Amino acid sequence: MMKTWLRYCKHYLNSLLLLELFAGLRVTLKYLFKKKITVQFPEEKTPISPRFRGLLALRRYPNGEERCIACKLCEAVCPALAITIDSEQREDGSRRTTKYEIDMFKCINCGFCEESCPVDSIVVTPIQHYHMEQRGENIMTKEKLLAIGDLYEQQLAADRAEDAPYR
Amino acid sequence: MIMGLLEELPAFAWILIKIVAILIPLLLGVAYLTFAERKVIGYIQGRIGPNRVGFRGMLQPFADIIKLVFKEIIIPVRSNRYLFFVAPIFTLTPALIAWAAIPFAPNLILANINAGVLYVFAMSSIAVYGILIAGWASNSKYAMFGALRSAAQTISYEISMGFALVGVLIAAGSMNFQDIILAQQGSLLNWFFIPLLPLFMVFWISGIAETNRAPFDLAEGESEIVAGFHVEYSGVSFALFFLAEYASMILISFLLAILFLGGWLSPFEGIPGLDEWFAWVPGLAWMLLKVSFFLFAYLWLRATFPRYRYDQLMRLGWKVLIPTTIVWIPVVAVLVKLNVGPWFS
Repeated sequence: MMKTWLRYCKHYLNSLLLLELFAGLRVTLKYLFKKKITVQFPEEKTPISPRFRGLLALRRYPNGEERCIACKLCEAVCPALAITIDSEQREDGSRRTTKYEIDMFKCINCGFCEESCPVDSIVVTPIQHYHMEQRGENIMTKEKLLAIGDLYEQQLAADRAEDAPYR
Repeated sequence: MIMGLLEELPAFAWILIKIVAILIPLLLGVAYLTFAERKVIGYIQGRIGPNRVGFRGMLQPFADIIKLVFKEIIIPVRSNRYLFFVAPIFTLTPALIAWAAIPFAPNLILANINAGVLYVFAMSSIAVYGILIAGWASNSKYAMFGALRSAAQTISYEISMGFALVGVLIAAGSMNFQDIILAQQGSLLNWFFIPLLPLFMVFWISGIAETNRAPFDLAEGESEIVAGFHVEYSGVSFALFFLAEYASMILISFLLAILFLGGWLSPFEGIPGLDEWFAWVPGLAWMLLKVSFFLFAYLWLRATFPRYRYDQLMRLGWKVLIPTTIVWIPVVAVLVKLNVGPWFS
């Protein structure tokens, strides 16, 4: 009886003196002077993991030969059916793709294509900011994919090297 | 008749100049208060707030104004068009005309009327009609709810605000703002916030509720009634509501500074040495310093506390604030009657 009475008194005193409110205000005041965590986007970017799965690219061997051998494993594994491949025999007898297209609208950036690729040809790049301005640009043709691969080859190789011990 | 009017012309022009001299700094203050609000709340939340327009975002309020001015005003179908446009004016006007009786520094006052306190209090109460009309004229359920909430809330909190004011009037023995400030002369200990501490807190809390600011912004309550009474307003008509809200925030801050923190009086008054040191600081500077503290507190409170539930809001108003004032008014009366120092001796 006495105890509950005391508790009530304490509670009333607490609320009357606004103690908890002042405690809250102290917390926010502390945060007012804390370091800000804003990343000012166009100028600053958040760090990206080498495993980031962004835009896709096709790689080449150092001698300039394209890696893809048209095994169509990526086409088979793609859960969104975003990849379309046609292939034929080249003059030197090797099998190569005549058409390698990825529909970026269908692509779900799962990265299965990269994992299935026996020759490390199709890869996911850390490019996350890309856009399309016209209809049809969502279809990434073989030429476009190879161009991206050529442009980012150094970074792609470095990322793969960094991640290799964990694969 | 016309000759008489012509004779009055210089006096009239002089008043007009004074009005402009009050309104322009006020509107600038409102503009930068919105900027300060975004900055302060951003900082408290670990962000940096707007910093793109002009140096460190200093031109942001003007960008906002330009945006609002050029936006289309959408009139809801089957709304009451006349009242729909009158409502923002009804809200803004009282928030602006109340400034006539506010003293900024010794004798720096547009209309030094004897019942200045009553006048300002009346004007700040009238503002709720604009909100009511806006809510009704919009012909929208959310606006209606917002208006109803706002009306009930403002009326409830006006009672405790009025009672808190009674305490000040008893302590000062005057309804004139200048006299109230002069009654607090002497030293920092003579300011009314010490003998009237409970009334000070009550007035502060009711003032926040009166201006419909967080944590008492149920009239807006974007999480449940979208934006309350001004859902249907856009463009300039919305800007007027915005302006009125911030102007009355500054007004309440001025009232708090005048009634409880000694207005333009220096806090170093009566302290040998420091008093002379700070003698060069104009009264206006002290006034603005106190006001900016209360304005910062507005933003600080908004960043700290979640919104009240409506029944909690009513409970606080009727069961906590009003009893507190009713208890403290007799205490003040006894203190004054017995000339308890250092305040009333």
